[in-house]
Amino acid sequence: MQAPVDFLSLFLHFLLLSLLSIGGAIAVAPDMHRVMVHEMGVLTDAQFNSSIALAQALPGPNVLFVAVMGYQAAGLKGAAVTLAGIMLPSTTLALAASRWGHARQDWRAVGAFKAGMAPLVIGLMFSTGWILATEVPGWRHIVPTVAAAVLVWRTRLHLLVMIAVGGILGALGWV
Amino acid sequence: MTEESSALRRPSSKTELFVAFTLLALQGFGGVLAVAQRVLCDQRRWLTREQFLELLAVGQVLPGPNVCNVALMVGDRFFGWRGAFSALAGIMTVPLVLVLVVTAVYAEYAMHPAVAGALRGMGAVAAGLIVGTALKLSSALRVNAMGLAICVGLVVLAFVGVALLRWPLVWILLGLGAVSCVYAWKRVGADHRPESEGR
Repeated sequence: MQAPVDFLSLFLHFLLLSLLSIGGAIAVAPDMHRVMVHEMGVLTDAQFNSSIALAQALPGPNVLFVAVMGYQAAGLKGAAVTLAGIMLPSTTLALAASRWGHARQDWRAVGAFKAGMAPLVIGLMFSTGWILATEVPGWRHIVPTVAAAVLVWRTRLHLLVMIAVGGILGALGWV
Repeated sequence: MTEESSALRRPSSKTELFVAFTLLALQGFGGVLAVAQRVLCDQRRWLTREQFLELLAVGQVLPGPNVCNVALMVGDRFFGWRGAFSALAGIMTVPLVLVLVVTAVYAEYAMHPAVAGALRGMGAVAAGLIVGTALKLSSALRVNAMGLAICVGLVVLAFVGVALLRWPLVWILLGLGAVSCVYAWKRVGADHRPESEGR
């Protein structure tokens, strides 16, 4: 079955992955799979996949899938180790960079960065929506996707209402 | 921009930050970005759309989960590092407890077709929420120093690279991002002041 967990090397590995996780923790998920499933053998393939699916299905930041992996590998202590590892470096860096940029918001380079990155960020959001919508086979789920996009854009309908309708349609087998 | 800025408010306490981020995280099925935009800009009016987009740009380029980075930066703006910690704790704590509890009982229900179907339906809507939020934030590009046409072109290029060609995100951010920032640098210099200073 599962191997005993080496908490220190797990923590160190997640510290490193945190610094590489440009685009979010999901970007380094393949490496988590390599280490936890293959190298350390503390997680099965099914547990790995269910960790990501669960965190996406529940409310909250998707990075919580990292805590679910730690939990499935080694209980609450495992969750604490993986989550602290993935959060500490990126959090420190984000805070430092934000202060640096905010103190220099009149600088031409800072203005150029903000203006230059804005369209890319929007392009990335369209991409995320596209990838989420097209990785599911079939076409019927595109209808709620497009409807939700238009409703968010044009109305103030509560987001939870849309999610609930999507869940009900899905449970009835219509999506 | 000026009208929008003058109507901005700020949180009254770190507790309000914590509660606001907890509530928005709990509405964020399949990602928190769409809810964060709606709550922070439209409902609480702590940020303009331009400011949200700026924070998101920084949060996106830096390593780490982008909404968590945004929460940190928002909290830090209002109450320093204690505010940053309050906002981050808000967005993480209750959802963390929830996800661990569900993980503990998950295995029994995973195979139930209604549960799997509901997850699919919620996922389909979540994809739409992100697209709708992107459409909404696009209005901020009208005041971008590079001009709307160039911005739309860059949106399309980023989309083609990431969504269709599936290039690694790092290439897009470093490659296309560098080109875009250099062009913006020239345009920002051409205007007498950068556009986004409505604080």
